Amino acid sequence: MTPFDEMHGDSPDGIRALYGKVKLWLEQTPPETLAARRAQAELFFRRIGITFAVYGEADAAERLIPFDIIPRIISRSEWGLLERGLKQRVQTLNAFLSDIYGSQECLKAGILPPELIFSNPQYRLEMAGMPAPHGVWVHIAGVDIVRTGERAFHVLEDNARTPSGVSYMLENREVMMRLAPELFASHHVAPVETYTDALLATLRSVAPRGAEGEPTLVLLTPGRYNSAFYEHSFLADKLGIELVEGSDLFVRDDRVYMRTTDGPQRVDVIYRRLDDDFIDPLVFNPDSMLGVAGLMSAYAAGNVTLANAVGTGVSDDKAVYSYMPDLVRFYTGDEPILQNVETWRCREAPALSYVLDHLPELVVKEVGGSGGYGMLIGPTASKAEIAEFRTKLIHAPEQFIAQPTLALSTCPTFVEQGVAPRHVDLRPFVLTGADAVRITPGGLSRVALREGSLVVNSSQGGGTKDTWVLDD
Amino acid sequence: MRIRIQHTTQYAYDRPITSAVQVLRMTPRPDDAQHIVRWRVETDVDGRLRAGEDSLGNLTHTLYVDGPVQRLRLMVSGEVETVDTGGVLRGAIERFAPEVFLRETRLTLADAALRDYGRQVAGATSDRLQLLHDLLAAIHRDMTFCTEATDAAGSAAAAFAQRRGVCQDLAHIFIGVARFLGIPARYVSGHLVRDDGVVEQEAAHAWAEAHVPGLGWVGFDPANGACPSDSHVRVAMALDYLGAAPVRGSRFGGGREEMEVRLSVTAEPGLRNQ
Repeated sequence: MTPFDEMHGDSPDGIRALYGKVKLWLEQTPPETLAARRAQAELFFRRIGITFAVYGEADAAERLIPFDIIPRIISRSEWGLLERGLKQRVQTLNAFLSDIYGSQECLKAGILPPELIFSNPQYRLEMAGMPAPHGVWVHIAGVDIVRTGERAFHVLEDNARTPSGVSYMLENREVMMRLAPELFASHHVAPVETYTDALLATLRSVAPRGAEGEPTLVLLTPGRYNSAFYEHSFLADKLGIELVEGSDLFVRDDRVYMRTTDGPQRVDVIYRRLDDDFIDPLVFNPDSMLGVAGLMSAYAAGNVTLANAVGTGVSDDKAVYSYMPDLVRFYTGDEPILQNVETWRCREAPALSYVLDHLPELVVKEVGGSGGYGMLIGPTASKAEIAEFRTKLIHAPEQFIAQPTLALSTCPTFVEQGVAPRHVDLRPFVLTGADAVRITPGGLSRVALREGSLVVNSSQGGGTKDTWVLDD
Repeated sequence: MRIRIQHTTQYAYDRPITSAVQVLRMTPRPDDAQHIVRWRVETDVDGRLRAGEDSLGNLTHTLYVDGPVQRLRLMVSGEVETVDTGGVLRGAIERFAPEVFLRETRLTLADAALRDYGRQVAGATSDRLQLLHDLLAAIHRDMTFCTEATDAAGSAAAAFAQRRGVCQDLAHIFIGVARFLGIPARYVSGHLVRDDGVVEQEAAHAWAEAHVPGLGWVGFDPANGACPSDSHVRVAMALDYLGAAPVRGSRFGGGREEMEVRLSVTAEPGLRNQ
């Protein structure tokens, strides 16, 4: 199957009008210049310290995520379709979470099997019967989109826990404007810098109703040893809010305070980048040193908003994902605008038997996995890897789903051999406040740098690109 | 039976603490087997107790203490009128479908040894209630029940490996095996009038409940090898000890801590064998 190329379209000699100026720029810029600019970009990223740690690597060294200086371009009309689809999707996620932690209508209606929710470790019993402030559970969602054709966009996964990567969206744009100002100036690129204001407005809008005056927002990080710490400090800085660790906060009489040199200051909204398990040792993991004792009591009393709410991870589950089209219809009454990728739920016997018969052509994923860990890519897997997954599947089928190997679209990418097509995905960030849904045009485009590779995760050798939505 | 409970938990710190937060699950709710005549939760330090309820329906108090405090005492006292329902729970608040209590937790997870044990106990028994009684008897027979209090509840697997444990451990084993066998089960914390007449106890009691279609939730007390009766006062319920623990706390400062529990559970004289 030939993948759709976003520059050339369906024919290798063709050129999509959208990419006309980029093609010209690539032809006119000598490879040495491109190489020099890429080196400059790397220097820039290293200087600002935007690195990440790869879990499971022996030296756990901090690495740079490679940046590709050829932008990825999306037209305004394509974006319009994505935007409508994303709004519908995230609206559904919020309705679903309100429902499963509330009256559970979707279970009563038989939309999805109850055990999928009840046995899911990300479904937090502690949150049941506790409505989220303003009805918003997922304030910040990162929805991973893949493209397989001119108008064919699919959702690959929903990230409703603590999606990361937005700092790359912002930094990539800054680097791009510095390194290719002539190219940037020749296009009407929709700005992404507006993300910061949109996030601020979103967080402010969900402050508890009792909050007095301008609400106080903080960003709660697990600390400098977290792989996304750079992003936490970057965002706190951009937002102009305090970056705090658990020990900087305390709860007194069901209210949250931050320790400051001027004494305790009341906190209204916590943009938390700390996982559910660690957030309050009195309710979740009792050994957590990263959280805030009593935080959930303050939340239950309606005195603080957590963004995202606790318990949103259940919707990231890949078996739950497979029901999203039905959930969209159930909660919105409309047909889904964005399609899912076809998914076999291995918990169902016929699906399992199909999957076991077709392992070499399928992608198998753990239902609770993320970051490209613990998956099998049939077409590139060794016999031993396939055998290993076969055993796993037979042993615990409910832990897996399978999907066809998609021909992800490609974009021109500057690699060792020169400019060549590489597979990409897109993570737009969808902000939901009490007042509005805000989506910054663009997002994080990830690119699989190895030839033929379909894995774009940074932990697996992926890079990033600046994503341009063009006002045409 | 009319049961009187006096339960004091005292913390003494090496150095004064600057502040503390505790979530308490020490207050029973009424159901068909227990009528709460009176109940009080108090502290002897400068602090506030805020009443609430968790998602399972347990009554909670969050205690906020402002230091400096070198000694902190929680005092619970109450009186409950109980009747024997043969272990069947009725009239309690149920917020979740029974299937929710099939969830595995770290403390109740059945390891290979417990799974083997479960298969052995289950044998060919197809009647769920019978199976649960068999499991109750098996744990009571195979485990040595220790009464000395432990600070933290360990896992079912660890206790089973040693074939000994406190009542929390026995309850966890029961729950882990039941869930492995596909039976929803949960942890209950509470108090017990001892049938040997001993009033002063070292720690609060714990047992399990399992779901039986047609009957609903039924209690099983593996430490005593019997279903809970009018000697039991049911205080809190959860997936495991952690969710139902009488106290979960956190403090700033204080250095080392010593905890002392005084608990007396008495049956009102003359009403015992009513």
